Amino acid sequence: MIRILFFAGLREQLDCDGLEIPAAGLRDVARVRAALGRRGERWQVALQRPDLQVAVNQALAADASPVQPGDEVAFFPPVTGG
Amino acid sequence: MSVEVAVQESAFDTGAEYASLRAANRTDGATAIFVGSVRDFNNDGRVMALTLEHYPGMTEKVLADIGEQALQRWSLGRVRILHRVGQLEPGEDIVFVGVTAPHRQSALDGCGFIIDLLKTEAPFWKKESSGSTAHWVEARVSDRDALQKWK
Repeated sequence: MIRILFFAGLREQLDCDGLEIPAAGLRDVARVRAALGRRGERWQVALQRPDLQVAVNQALAADASPVQPGDEVAFFPPVTGG
Repeated sequence: MSVEVAVQESAFDTGAEYASLRAANRTDGATAIFVGSVRDFNNDGRVMALTLEHYPGMTEKVLADIGEQALQRWSLGRVRILHRVGQLEPGEDIVFVGVTAPHRQSALDGCGFIIDLLKTEAPFWKKESSGSTAHWVEARVSDRDALQKWK
């Protein structure tokens, strides 16, 4: 399984703070994003937002970053701390 | 050489933080401190309160990593990064970055580097509320541009 997390505005948009999805075939962030998009139009639209940031195992990542079973993948809007 | 980070709901005392950066520290002649506070106006009106959300676990890792990068790059003495989460009101302090170094330029540069990276890499999100409405703060292009000087 892969643990998925959403934060801030994205979490509210999806009304979901996280879920687990089967890892089969999801070997990079792009494939994880595509699998989540298939959950419905709202997910498709929200996850295609071009400035969305992603982290794999709590480190900033990109679409090409590899993903393995047991990993934690988080999607979130651009950060606004400080 | 040390990096200390904390993510906390409680307020911090800048005077006490400065004292801890200076305690038994005779090698560093310079201390640079940046403190960020909540403003009562943003782009579209009056801000009554701010809620800061973060990604527990990743936040601490990113802050420690940014501090470590600064420590290595400028041979800093001590690095301390504090960031608040939860509910804050206008005028309250949100973030503290304090660094010590043998000389001023490395202290100033190290401090600037840390806050610039924190702004674009540390997973915090601000939600502003003005009375009955609330909205997520949008990231600023100028924050991304600020990174260019550290390339």
